[in-house]
Parts: sequence; C-alpha cells; structure tokens
Amino acid sequence: MASVFEYAPAPESRAVVDIAPSYGLFIDGEFAEAADGKVFKTVSPSSEEVLSEVARAGSEDVDRAVKAARRAFEKWSALPGRERAKYLFRIARIIQERSRELAVLETLDNGKPIRETRDADLPLVAAHFFYYAGWADKLEHAGLGPNPRPLGVAGQVIPWNFPLLMLAWKIAPALAAGNTVVLKPAETTPLSALFFADICRQAGLPRGVVNILPGYGDAGAALVEHPGIDKVAFTGSTAVGKAIARQVAGTDKKVTLELGGKGANIVFDDAPLDQAVEGIIGGIFFNQGQVCCAGSRLLVQESIQDELLDSLKRRLSTLRLGDPLDKNTDIGAINSEEQLARITSLVEQGEAEGAERWSPACALPSSGYWFAPTLFTNVTQAHTIARDEIFGPVLSVLTFRTPDEAVAKANNSQYGLSAGIWTEKGSRILAVANRLRAGVVWANTFNKFDPTSPFGGYKESGYGREGGRHGLEAYLAPTSPEGAR
Amino acid sequence: MKSTVDADRLGVFKTYKLYVGGKFPRSESGRVYEVTDSKGKWLANAPLSSRKDARDAVVAARKAFGAWSGATAYNRGQVLYRVAEMLEGRRDQFVREVADAEGLSKSKAAAVVDAAIDRWVWYAGWTDKIAQVVGGANPVAGPFFNLSTPEPTGVVAVLAPQESSFLGLVSVIAPAIATGNTVVVVASEGAPLPALSLAEVLATSDVPGGVVNILSGRTAEIAAPLASHQDVNAIDLAGADEDLAKELETAAADNLKRVLRPQPVDFTAAPGTGRLTAFLETKTVWHPTGSLGASGSAY
Repeated sequence: MASVFEYAPAPESRAVVDIAPSYGLFIDGEFAEAADGKVFKTVSPSSEEVLSEVARAGSEDVDRAVKAARRAFEKWSALPGRERAKYLFRIARIIQERSRELAVLETLDNGKPIRETRDADLPLVAAHFFYYAGWADKLEHAGLGPNPRPLGVAGQVIPWNFPLLMLAWKIAPALAAGNTVVLKPAETTPLSALFFADICRQAGLPRGVVNILPGYGDAGAALVEHPGIDKVAFTGSTAVGKAIARQVAGTDKKVTLELGGKGANIVFDDAPLDQAVEGIIGGIFFNQGQVCCAGSRLLVQESIQDELLDSLKRRLSTLRLGDPLDKNTDIGAINSEEQLARITSLVEQGEAEGAERWSPACALPSSGYWFAPTLFTNVTQAHTIARDEIFGPVLSVLTFRTPDEAVAKANNSQYGLSAGIWTEKGSRILAVANRLRAGVVWANTFNKFDPTSPFGGYKESGYGREGGRHGLEAYLAPTSPEGAR
Repeated sequence: MKSTVDADRLGVFKTYKLYVGGKFPRSESGRVYEVTDSKGKWLANAPLSSRKDARDAVVAARKAFGAWSGATAYNRGQVLYRVAEMLEGRRDQFVREVADAEGLSKSKAAAVVDAAIDRWVWYAGWTDKIAQVVGGANPVAGPFFNLSTPEPTGVVAVLAPQESSFLGLVSVIAPAIATGNTVVVVASEGAPLPALSLAEVLATSDVPGGVVNILSGRTAEIAAPLASHQDVNAIDLAGADEDLAKELETAAADNLKRVLRPQPVDFTAAPGTGRLTAFLETKTVWHPTGSLGASGSAY
C-alpha cells in the first residue's frame, strides 16, 4: 500500500516555539526553583531528545502554592463576575494568537501529530476558555441555586494525553466560578502548562490565582492530601482515582474524577461502512489510542464482520506513522517509554491468551517510542485486552448477533465512559443509546468534543462532568433551602 | 403494639419483618433485637439483619432496576403519588408509631406524618420534570445534534437518618427512587418500626417489588457490606456518624460509588433538588445533523 501514495516530508517549523533550557515552578505569579532544588528532564517522545529541564515540585512547594492560592482566593472570588470573565476572555484570545506555537510545543512534548494539536487540541483549548469566560458573570442563572459560591482552592491533577486541553478543562470552569487553582501537569508533559503560566502573565491575571507545579505522583498526592484545598479534580487512571477517593473520605473536599474507559464501538449490519471505518479508525487511533474515551472495543454484527474487517485493514494500511511534526502524519509517538512498555505487555498478553494479532506493514523510527496500529480478532469478553484499558493504538474486535447482545457486551465492563453506535436506523440508535451505561454516546460519529457538551463517566470511569453547564457544578457550592446541596 | 380499644381486650401484636424483593422475610440469621419507645418501654422485636440479608437485598434491588428505571417518568410519578394516597389512609397508624418511636406528642407526630405524605407528593411531581431542569440540548460548534439526559445511577444504599425515623426516611427514599434508582434502606437503628411499617404501604402502592428494600438492625453492621458491595452504585450516608461515614466512604471508593456525605438537614424545610441530582448520571448523545441533498449517506 505504501507505494500508492508517496509523500514528501512536510514538517511544521520548530522555529515558532522557543523552549528555554530550564523552567521553574509557577507559584504566586513567579517562577521559582523547587524548595529541595530537584529537577527532571522532559523529552520529546518521538526522538528522545531532551527538550528542557524542569523544577520538580515536592510537598513544601505544594504547601507554598496552596497558601498562595488561598491568599489570592479572597480577592479573586470577590471580583465582580464580569471582571473575572474578561480575564478569561483575554486568556482565550491569547491562546488563539499563540496557537501555532502551542501546537508545535505540545506535539514536541507529547508526541502526538501536529495535525491533531493544530486542528483539535488548540482550537478546543481556546474555545473552552471562551465558553467558561461567559459563565463568570451568569452563575446565578446556572440552575445551581440563587447565589452559588466558589468552593475555594482547587487542587487539580492532569494527565499527559491532552496536556493543555486537560488544563483548560480544569482551570477555565474553576476560575469562572471564582476559585483559585494549584495544577500539577503530568511529569512527561509539563511544558504547555508552563507556557500557560506565561499566558497568565500576559493576560495580567492576579498573582496566585493560577499556580503550576510540574512534578510526579508524589506531588499530586501531596496536593490532594493538603488540608488547605477544598476541591480535587483529577483526570487519569482509575487506580489513582480510587486512591484519591479513599484519601478524601471523611473530609469536606469535593471531588470530580475523570478516569479510564473501555469504550464499545457498535457497528450494526446496516451501518454506512465507509463512514463507520473512518469512525472506528478515529475512535482508536486518534492520539495513538491514548484517550480515555477511545473506542477500544469494536463490536461488529457477525454478518458484516468479514466485509468490515477487510475495509478496516485496507484503511489501516494507508495510515502514516512517523514524525509528529509532519503535517501528513496520522500516527505519532507513544508518550513515554513506560507507556510503551505497558502497551507492549498487554498486547503480548493478548497474543498469549489466544487472540489473533494483526498490524499493517509499518516501519517504526529507530529512536523514540513507537507502536504500530494493531488489531486483534478472535477476542472474547474474558480476554484481558477486552477488559483492561490499554491506552494505546490497539483495537479488540468482538462480534454480536442481536442488538440485545450488543448492549449486554458493551455494558459488560467496569468502565462506562464512552460508546459508539453505527446504524442507519434512527429508532435503533435511540433504543441502544438509552440502554448503554456510558456518559458519552456517539452515534454515527466518534470522538467529538465541545466545551458546551458535558463529558464524564458512569461506574468506574469516575464521577462529575466537565464541560457545559454541568461542568460548573463541580466548582460551585449550590445554595438551596436544604443546605449545602 | 399496645391495645387502644378496650382495656379488657388483649391486643394483637404485629411481627415486624424486613422488606426485600417485595416480600416480608424474617432475617435469615433468625436474630431480632428489642425496640423500645423513648421511655424505654418495649414496643416490638425488630429483625436484626445480617450481612447476608444486605446482599440479598442488593440482588433484589438490582433485579428491579431495569424495569423501574425503564418505566416512564409519568408512571413513576403516579406510583409515588399512590404511596401518598395509601399513607393518607393509614395516617392514624403512623401518627401512633411515630409518636412512640420519637417520643413526640400526638399533634407533633401528626405534623411529621403530614409532612412525610406531602413529601411523597412533592417528589411524585418531580419524576417527569427533573430531566428538563438538569438536562437539555447543548449548542456545540459543529453540525451535530447533542443532548444531555440524566439517568439513574443504579442501586443506591441508603442509611436512613437516625433521629428523624419517618420524615427523614421518606425524605431520603423518595428522591432516590423518583429518578429510577432502586434502593436498599437501612432503617434508623433505634427507631426502625415506622420504616418497617412503611414497607406495608409500599407493598400496596404499586411500587414494584425490589425497588425499595428495607432492613433493620445495627447500622454499622449492615452498612459495611453495602459500602463495599461491587454491585451497589451509590451510597447515601445520612444515617452514619462521622467515624462510620469515613469508614464507609473509604470502602465505597473500591468501585467508585457515588457518595452523599452526611450533612445537617432540616427535614421539615422544603427540600431542594440536591437529593434528586445526587444519584443521577448525565449521558450525552451526539449525532451528525447531516445536510439535505448531500451525497452518500444522509443518516
């Protein structure tokens, strides 16, 4: 297949972004070294090139950041909503202005294709700030009581798969509602959050309202445990989510958790196959499958299995894997060596348990962390690759005969984040969507996001919603005659 | 219970039983405990539920969830209203039981029972309105129909308030089932009799068996297996003290149950929507809007 379309390299220029050799923690409006002087290196996953050296936050830094956020809270929460709104509008506009720079930066630090950071991540980041900016002076109209109040200081811990977008999902609603934040980006992708600190400076945001603490899990745990925070917002693994739920037990801290998934993408025999194939590909190979809502379980009606798999394999063979900065690249690098090892181990387990592995002919670059798009057939519900979240470009294909069976298999999971339905029959879409226990259902489409659209899971995919009016609820204490709730 | 008719006539006591899956079993453990009024006078022996009773109740609640959550909101509203109708008819019995259980005067107990009946009416009206209040269309920036709808969380374990044995009880059960959840209720430990009698009302009010399951006994003993149960989706800790609440919230994290922490609530005040929304999930469905005249599939 590779010979049909040959593409000349079309890399996006790196010159648009200027990465400093080192970065500090962003506390109380200033960059500072960690109290214990620790640093860590962040590398480009596509080349293993060291991009920068970043201060590593410890518990002392967490304490300092929480105190700064607390000091800032009084004034920030007392600002008229329309003033908070204007800060957020400023941030949204600066992000739009600097979106090319940020897209290149994100691609360098994360490894995902520039096509995605340019066309998905960055537009959504700006849109998210723009959306919540408009809420800041309309909170009493949000249906959360006549005089909803901010919670205080929010401790936010975000993952590496959509670094800047997850930052936006956390910071925008928190600030709009009048909270101040301490945010810890993931250790493999700290740079865009540090650039965001610079955007806060440009926007003139009061000091201490946003604090950024690059660091590892220990810093995240210290933040969650800190008695000075009122709210925990976490996106990441279900295991860490459960640990957080235990840690906050018996406190007054409010929590939202956006965790893992094992999304079922259900294709009925009357689905428009070409469109379904595009949806399946986008559903599992977008961001190398490192997406909590990925459609990682394909449930295909038995009668069209062969036809669909043929199309799917043909389409998979045309995907281009390689330099994430190349505008023609479909599949970028896996974010870290650790994640690559996890994907590799689960895929080996899939083979060992008897599932049939297939990948298109695909040359992998010699340096960096790479995994070829992979498809498993002969998968049963008992297989590990049908149950565990792989968080990589690996699709498990299962079959069904009746809609009831499809629903039962789709719901047979500890998770309940996303699902897809492909059929031309409207009543079937609605009937199946009704019975799926999942927070987001995409019918005849997949992996669509919007700041107005609530996102979040059922069951062990977490609780609370991000996005839309629902996303505000996570950062406000509603007033009702009954009391706190 | 005590005789109220004729001093010469010997009253007929009621054997208080659990309410599980629409039936009235004794505790499988065969245990009971003595329930007294506020002055220490014997009222009845209530079943002392075991962990096994709790697990049986979860099975019943799960079995009932599909049909109850799938019933129309209008239908659920009528069923809840029917509970109010049935309670109204047995008002005198509940006034007597609440007076005994909580040590209230007849007039104060009557006010409590009236408020509880009215609470059923309030939540009966909510069943087909809450989706419009907390759900709706989202104006996404693209050619998509996008709708958010609330759905019930599933099986909810409810620790009923310890003090307010009847009004508090109704105030925590009704909002959970109004939206389509099914519940396993742990009655007030010291005053379980109004809860066990409420089961008789529910059983004759078209509430399908298993939608509400009521257990009496030691709150901590029954709550522990519920909090750690993998097929329970949420827990209302209203009836837990601080230490127990922390312990149960920790156990509940194991399958990420939705947890409603204990909080001071004035049950005589008009409730907000907080207890309705605490056990709801938001589902958002997307579909392309397509365009007229487009080639290929227009969906």
